[in-house]
Amino acid sequence: MSKQQIHWFKYSAPSTFYPLAGRLIPWFWGLFAITALAGLWIGFFVAPTDFQQGEGYRIIFVHVGASWMSMFIYLVMAFWAGMGLAFNTRLSGMMAQALAPTGALFAFLSLWTGALWGKPMWGTWWVWDARLTSELILLFLYMGFIALTHAIDDTRRADKAGAILALVGVVNIPIIYFSVKWWNTLHQGASVSLTKAPSMAAIMLWGMLICAIAMWMYTIAVALMRVRSIILERERHTDWVRELLASR
Amino acid sequence: MHWNSFSDFIAMGGYGLYVWGSFGVTALVMILEPWLVRRRHRLTQQRLARQLRAEAKLEQTP
Repeated sequence: MSKQQIHWFKYSAPSTFYPLAGRLIPWFWGLFAITALAGLWIGFFVAPTDFQQGEGYRIIFVHVGASWMSMFIYLVMAFWAGMGLAFNTRLSGMMAQALAPTGALFAFLSLWTGALWGKPMWGTWWVWDARLTSELILLFLYMGFIALTHAIDDTRRADKAGAILALVGVVNIPIIYFSVKWWNTLHQGASVSLTKAPSMAAIMLWGMLICAIAMWMYTIAVALMRVRSIILERERHTDWVRELLASR
Repeated sequence: MHWNSFSDFIAMGGYGLYVWGSFGVTALVMILEPWLVRRRHRLTQQRLARQLRAEAKLEQTP
């Protein structure tokens, strides 16, 4: 082992992570601003009109990003919850707590933008089909995680109970992702997949990807902001928090 | 650029309600959430600092 190595474990201590998060937040907001502007510019001014859906397809630039983030945040949240369960690290439970509300909001946005897209294209706001129903279950899983962890006063027990719920709920993620393959649904199949070339115009794809990256940067920024509040609340009896607050 | 006028842009080829309903609510959420998180952080710092001062006061009184 070389001495030059970065001490990653150092940053798993709340006292060192708190100032690090504070320094990172403006950078992620900056990246968010750049990617959001670029994505919206492509989405509204560069990408052409769709030959089937006219201008209505432009909902894709928010819908796909929000849907991806709702699933991805859940996996990251479950990962941190599982790490907390396995290694009893303090920061893990806080990270899971910080991600849940943002994930729930993206699940809501996925359903909301989906409804607004479904109405003009399918003629209905909502159908109980596999893709839509499993995404709704994802929203309920987030809400269940938040409600459960907030209902238990002892934070360690709250983290453990939440972790079990989060880990069990992971089974829903492949169900959402593959629902359009496994069942006959109204929702279209994946436009982008790892195994074959994307079935959409390159510029539309780029706009969509850049908008998704913007939402990713947003998620990191807002989750880091939230985790700082959680760190202060949970570590309020420690010396470093006392010193930090006294110096204000 | 394929929009002939601003009203053309707003109309979104007849899909204005759906497109702007999607982008509008997304923008609203992505403005409100950071605002609330920032507010929470400020209030948490204030509350904990107040508690700390109260504790220090309590220790001083005989």
